[in-house]
Amino acid sequence: MSIMQTLVQTAARFKPDADPDPLIASKKYVGRALDRVDGRLKVTGGARFTAEYAPDDMVYAAPVFSTIAKGKVRRLDTAAAESSPGVIAVITPKNMPRLVTPSLTDFAKLDKIAASNLPVLQDDSVHWNGQVIAVVIAETHEQAQEAAARVRADYDADEGMVSFERNKDKAIMPKDVLGEPPEIKIGDAEKNLKSAPVQVDATYRSPYYNHSAIEPHATIAYWEGDDRLYVFDSTQWVEGYRNSLAHVFALNRENIRVMAPFVGGGFGGKAGFWWNTILCAAAAKMVGRPVKLALSREGVFRIVGGRTVAEQRVALGATREGKLTALIHTGLTVTPDHARYAEQCTFPTRHLYATEALHVAQYVVNLDMVANTWMRAPGESIGTFAVESALDELAVELRMDPIELRRKVEPARDPTKDTEFSSRNLIEAYERGAAEFNWSSRNLQPRSRRDGAWLVGHGVATAYYPALRFPGGARVRLEADGTAIVQAAANEMGMGVATGQLQHAADRLGLPLHCVEFDYGDSHLPTSPMAGGSCQTLSILAATRATVEKLHRELLKLEQKDSASPLKGAKYEDLVARDNGLFLASEPSRGVSYVEILRKAGKPYLEVEGVSSAPMEMMKYSMASYGAQFCEVRVNETTGEVRVARWLGSFDCGTVLNPKTAMSQLRGGIVMGIGMALTEEMLVDGRSGRIMNRSLAGYHVPVNLDVPRIDVLFNDIPDPQTALGAHGIGEIGITGVAAAIANAVYNATGKRVRDLPITLDKLL
Amino acid sequence: MTHSQNAELERQAAESSVAGPDNRLRITLMVNGDRREVEIEPRVSLLDALRERLHLTGTKKGCDQGACGACTVLVNGERILSCLALAIQYTGQEITTVEGLALDGSLSPLQQAFITHDGFQCGYCTSGQLCSAVGMMREFDDGVPSAVTADVASGTIDFSDTEIKERMSGNLCRCGAYVGICDAIREAHSEVHSEVHHAGESR
Ligand code: FES
Ligand code: FES
Repeated sequence: MSIMQTLVQTAARFKPDADPDPLIASKKYVGRALDRVDGRLKVTGGARFTAEYAPDDMVYAAPVFSTIAKGKVRRLDTAAAESSPGVIAVITPKNMPRLVTPSLTDFAKLDKIAASNLPVLQDDSVHWNGQVIAVVIAETHEQAQEAAARVRADYDADEGMVSFERNKDKAIMPKDVLGEPPEIKIGDAEKNLKSAPVQVDATYRSPYYNHSAIEPHATIAYWEGDDRLYVFDSTQWVEGYRNSLAHVFALNRENIRVMAPFVGGGFGGKAGFWWNTILCAAAAKMVGRPVKLALSREGVFRIVGGRTVAEQRVALGATREGKLTALIHTGLTVTPDHARYAEQCTFPTRHLYATEALHVAQYVVNLDMVANTWMRAPGESIGTFAVESALDELAVELRMDPIELRRKVEPARDPTKDTEFSSRNLIEAYERGAAEFNWSSRNLQPRSRRDGAWLVGHGVATAYYPALRFPGGARVRLEADGTAIVQAAANEMGMGVATGQLQHAADRLGLPLHCVEFDYGDSHLPTSPMAGGSCQTLSILAATRATVEKLHRELLKLEQKDSASPLKGAKYEDLVARDNGLFLASEPSRGVSYVEILRKAGKPYLEVEGVSSAPMEMMKYSMASYGAQFCEVRVNETTGEVRVARWLGSFDCGTVLNPKTAMSQLRGGIVMGIGMALTEEMLVDGRSGRIMNRSLAGYHVPVNLDVPRIDVLFNDIPDPQTALGAHGIGEIGITGVAAAIANAVYNATGKRVRDLPITLDKLL
Repeated sequence: MTHSQNAELERQAAESSVAGPDNRLRITLMVNGDRREVEIEPRVSLLDALRERLHLTGTKKGCDQGACGACTVLVNGERILSCLALAIQYTGQEITTVEGLALDGSLSPLQQAFITHDGFQCGYCTSGQLCSAVGMMREFDDGVPSAVTADVASGTIDFSDTEIKERMSGNLCRCGAYVGICDAIREAHSEVHSEVHHAGESR
């Protein structure tokens, strides 16, 4: 840690707490299960996604992918493609505009966000199987596809390193893991483990996964002159894309506008700045017309990375009473040198349980692969699979109920950060869940319940994801008629951003819901962090809160120019916003409407822009959401098939903005966790580095019949350190799911599967 | 096969190719009750004809290879995957897309139920889910059994969640809105049926 970071952290710890957000007590729309504001657009086909914009004169791009993992393109034969009907240009390293090499995400600054720092089509080198080696531009989609198939490449292939199994011995410890140390040691965990009366020591494996959002990545780009670029993109972060484009094309950020009003799912796969966006903008520049580059499904698998394969060791030493004396969690993951992303699989273990000694460490092996990237609850989803499976194994060794074990290891303070928790009610989530799920009727003895050919089992696991906030901005414009518009760059990929933010803004302003609008999905709007890491909601809430405060202070100033004002002499702190205006908290009848304030001041509108403070609370406290995942599985004794029969997720994730959309988000995470546990696996050919099952027919995401009824409970306990007491909830749903299923499979069959996905062959 | 052999085959294929601007056909498609003329090559899929030529972008492309269901539309009331269909095969047939599900601006009970039960998040699979559900309910009402129908001979099938889920399993939703989708379809189906029942009674 630098001296500066240490200083800031020390300062943060002594900074007195702000009072909890007063709106927690007086919310009106917040907490209601309202329908999505964009629901009508989505069920009528009226919501327009990126590939659906149609600028005049638009042409189509189709990439050509390499078929080797490492080496050089010796000869690229584009003649047949060039003479193919409708072709306008074939872009190769020879004629590709010279671009600045993209920069990887810098977590200190978080402005640029490339997933890979390779030069984009600037030379003949090949770094992964599937890399783009040429792009064809043609008048129609069909013509572009046809011509792309006619480009021929001869290669000088190098051996390349593509097999995880064969290259594990080349693992190295990365410099850092998302800015955190790669290794932490408290006490001597290995020594404690050896002397512990009860021990568990196991290795857990998970495969490569793919986000597989149903909308494939798409971009439409066009230029105005040489230096103005407009981009529609299916991105999770309009602003990060704008900044990255500015860097790569050496333009001023102000000259670029990135728009993404609706995004068809992202799950982390549309956050990193990928080649398709850069290639599309470059193509538009070359041909001087708007270009659409909509990746095929295969294209998504080839040039957009997913979640790394992982091998994790978790070792637990415990007393007979279930106190941990040693907690060891080490993880090995894959990242190519051009991505340098060590997926943070040990992060949950750093904050979850009390232990006498702890050792966490991460290693990576650099393979010649497409850049790996964030995928829903990166780190925590695979990390909780390992640690929550191990805890279940310990409960089995101890002959103890796994929920009872969670009680024994519940810490009073964050074990590695050594701070208090801002709000942690994990045990309450377990207890509420256990009551609702009827956990007490579960058999402790494995393989003791059956229903015909089916063995029935139950499992639990902890869900965990940090509550992150980043500074951000918002603009609020109050109109003379008393309506308001709130604006933030923000992205909507299905989380219900607009709905939740509107509920908040209406309460914050004291306006009826129909009098407020929320404007988002455009890099020209005030700065927002990426829609990822479950940080967007919380960050925009804080920014809107700060901006509305600024608006209210200005309104009060305007109002107090009137000597007869009912708010004469009042201070900002004395006010509440309600009933379309500002009122004295102490004297509810004294107040004035927004319309009146603006009318008296002779203003047609009042517009303010504000920013939220630096997230000091994240340094002072350990801040996270928690949950308890309960499930019932049925395993066919003859075929080994696993079906999930029942699910309950009980979550401790702060104030819930909208239970309807929140429930959908958590269920969605759980569904993806079911896929992670049972059906999903990206298969990489260990010789060629080629992803073999690069289609939705080969990569099996859960279908409707794979998913049971999913019930969700909320503690709904506000976090005193956040706006509204809320947390983001995009990731937490998937965490703990794979472990809960593996634990239930053990309970059903007596067989411990430590190797995802739990396919039937592993149970026979 | 070597790369150069490949190239030779491609060259031959290119020579015999009939694709080209001159090869376009003018066809008429009946979409949502409107006659729409398009000039397209024979190889253009119905999905691309709708999205790229007619700018009816409500119908979505998720895979372009028949694996996700996002492109589902109704042809004469039956659900098909428009990415696996050539537009020229569908001249003169009644095509219904998501844009045609609402009547005079008012949502169908199914669309409304999707909103009420939050049967989506991002909304990208939703058009396909809706069209598929319409086609599925009709198949069901026509007595078509599914893989989970226990007693095919009995003639009556219970509109159970398992039946709904099985029959909707060709429509992937990566946002995982399956619970809401199932709730919405069950409600819409029972609503429509109680109406039918009602109409029968009053006669
Ligand atoms: S786009 Fe037709 S099935 Fe996926
Ligand atoms: S709502 Fe996003 S894929 Fe179904």
